[in-house]
Amino acid sequence: MRGFSQNRWSLAGLVVLTALLAMGAGDDARFNNLGHKLMCVCGCNQVLLECNHVGCAYSDRMRGELAAGVERSESDDLTLQTFVQKYGPTVLIAPTSTGFNRVAWVVPYFALALGVISLVVLARNWSHRTQPVSNSASQTPDMLDAYRRQARKETEL
Amino acid sequence: MSQLGSYALLLALALSAYSFIGGLAALVWPGAQSERLGETARRAGIAVFAVVFLAALVLVAAAFADDFSIAYIFHHSNRDLPAPYKFATLWSGQEGSLLFWSLLLSSYGLILRLRHRTDTRLFAYASVIIAAVQVFFLLLLNFAAHPFAVMQGSLPPDGNGLNPLLQYPEMVIHPPMLYLGYVGFTIPFAFALGALIMKYPGEKWIHITRRWTMVTWMFLTCGIFLGAHWAYSVLGWGGYWGWDPVENASFMPWLTGTAFLHSVMMQEKRGMLKVWNMWLIFATFGLSIFGTFLTRSGVVSSVHAFAQSSIGDWFVGFLLVILAVCLYFYIVNRHHLRSEHRLESLVSRESSFLFNNLLFVLFCFTVLWGTLFPILSEWVQGKKVTVGPPFYNKVTIPVTLLLLLLTATGPLLAWRKTSLESLKRNFLWPFLGAIAVGVAMLVFGVRPWTDISYFYALMAGMLATLVALTVISEFVRGGRVIARHTGQSLLPSMLHLWHRNTRRYGGYIVHFGVAIVVIGILGTPFNQEAEKEMGYGDKVSLGPYTLVCRSYTQEDNPNYGNEWAIIDVFRGGKQITTMYPERRFYKASQQTQTVPRIHATVREDLFLVKDLYLVYEGINPDTGRPIIKAHLNPMVPWIWIGVLVMIFGTITALFANAAPVRVTVPARVPEPATVGAGD
Repeated sequence: MRGFSQNRWSLAGLVVLTALLAMGAGDDARFNNLGHKLMCVCGCNQVLLECNHVGCAYSDRMRGELAAGVERSESDDLTLQTFVQKYGPTVLIAPTSTGFNRVAWVVPYFALALGVISLVVLARNWSHRTQPVSNSASQTPDMLDAYRRQARKETEL
Repeated sequence: MSQLGSYALLLALALSAYSFIGGLAALVWPGAQSERLGETARRAGIAVFAVVFLAALVLVAAAFADDFSIAYIFHHSNRDLPAPYKFATLWSGQEGSLLFWSLLLSSYGLILRLRHRTDTRLFAYASVIIAAVQVFFLLLLNFAAHPFAVMQGSLPPDGNGLNPLLQYPEMVIHPPMLYLGYVGFTIPFAFALGALIMKYPGEKWIHITRRWTMVTWMFLTCGIFLGAHWAYSVLGWGGYWGWDPVENASFMPWLTGTAFLHSVMMQEKRGMLKVWNMWLIFATFGLSIFGTFLTRSGVVSSVHAFAQSSIGDWFVGFLLVILAVCLYFYIVNRHHLRSEHRLESLVSRESSFLFNNLLFVLFCFTVLWGTLFPILSEWVQGKKVTVGPPFYNKVTIPVTLLLLLLTATGPLLAWRKTSLESLKRNFLWPFLGAIAVGVAMLVFGVRPWTDISYFYALMAGMLATLVALTVISEFVRGGRVIARHTGQSLLPSMLHLWHRNTRRYGGYIVHFGVAIVVIGILGTPFNQEAEKEMGYGDKVSLGPYTLVCRSYTQEDNPNYGNEWAIIDVFRGGKQITTMYPERRFYKASQQTQTVPRIHATVREDLFLVKDLYLVYEGINPDTGRPIIKAHLNPMVPWIWIGVLVMIFGTITALFANAAPVRVTVPARVPEPATVGAGD
């Protein structure tokens, strides 16, 4: 009975340790993930976790605040929002997908769609308008020479 | 000394203005008198080079003479600055770099004006347009950003020194390369606009400008990648491209210039896309000017940008003038740009060029949009936002993958129409090779379903392989055909093949280089890093490497004092190298700078080469212990190798083709061959 109890305690300890380690690993991943969504505001234009100025007046403090936010188990959104409140919207590395900022993300895809549609329509119009090849018997020597010149120009061989 | 420089700049402005106005008058009112007037305008343009060269020489001499009475020298040099950096003072600040721009433009103008006999009238138009651009830059130099402005009050004993970030050997050649690229696009622009204004018959202007454009593109490519290498080797964050507005400014004309180099072939060969090409080169030149505006106006914040100044308004005005002139002549002469042929099939070389151009332009638009969105946001919402790497990566990586697919497939498609049989024949082996690489990546642990970046890496690996194999197969198939007819072995036959159509096969080598660059980039998702305070004997592990801190040491010279960390690197218990990451304190500017050390693991890994990248970040003020940051960046060295291949390919494409062989006996052709189907 006593041995059984010891085993249970050992097992429970193992489970707790694993959970703590997993939580720690999760926190590290969250810290890393969020740290790459923020900019250092010292003017170096670097991602927060990539600012390598030792003694930088901002990055060390910001990393500390981020670590504290992650430790408090705040949601990602809340942590990022706290930074926006404190340092302004430029602290986020990319525009959010809300309000006018959504335009930043939508416009390139809109341009791609527009470009592809225009190109396909243009290509189809062009290919439909292509003149049929005329009978070779009706070609004059001058025309054949012109074709040869064109063929040479196109192949360069 | 400053007076000599100032007078030289004034004289250069007067000569440029004469070259512009005299040349324009000669073109507008043709006649016997105007021919002489045109000739004097051409000679004035040539003289501009000599005078601007003199001004640049004076500025460099002032840097070497430590003439701190000139404000520019005071701000960008100091007595103990090493000689190469004193020379580089010329382009290290706003005013000097504008003078350097003007010097390069006058050099290009000199070559163009000396070669005017190629086509006197077209060259006269181009010369006038170049003179107009030169007038703008000389107006700036004389009235807005004077490089010879003198210091007020008593003379300072020493200068502020060059920005420490710029005190790196590559910075002596990176800006000139970049500027040769930026400025060089003025030449095809001038020819294109000249051809449009005079309704130049045929496509000869494209033949004339082809080499100019390729050389310019090569310089810009060199400049961009030297900049990337500088960022990697100096900034110490372990990356080479950060989508900084200044990086974007150099990348945008490269994208449209690359699109132009491709689409112009359709105009040469098929008389198509004339309007598109015209606007593409207008846009490329406009983006070169726009990039200069971005870096100097202070509208965007960037670690690279020059100080804020009022010259932004000058550039906005100049850009509006360029747009108005281009638009006016396009509207007046647009009927001259009618296409001679139509597209015959969607599966053809022409359509691949169309899609290639669409993607390049979309890529450029995305970069422009991301660069300008913070300004737009401030205007609309009253607050700036940051548009950083996640935005660009999300949009541009898929576009790059599509471009790679076109790079692989486009050259193997025939002009006009490609048969299914030909597609199968050309793509089977490269396609199987790409699949094999994909399987190998999966076997070696790339898990595309766990993270989108791994999926992109897998796709990039497969597509880069496809590009490389299609290029190799083109060389081999063409070489075999020649070997069969000449009896030569394969290698000389391939050389022969290249010599028969240097632009086509040089272009393939460039594509091969692009594939290698992509292979270098695809290692990014697998980067690892570690940061640790390291005292004597402390260890840190990174991938298969163990770093052991042996010691720290210091040194002092007149320019800077420095500290080195001495780090031994072990792999599998065996020491492979010792690295010396450094930290400098520049005395004149009172600024600290990290100097990372990079060890490429060529001996240990060869194809899967990695960069071991160490940064001595400094002393932790809380603990007093030194901090070392280590990065392990797989495949990065391939980027620089790929760029060298791209440049080699461009140089080979500049050679003249071998003279065509005249066949007097009709050839017996057993079956249609696609080898050598064109560019």
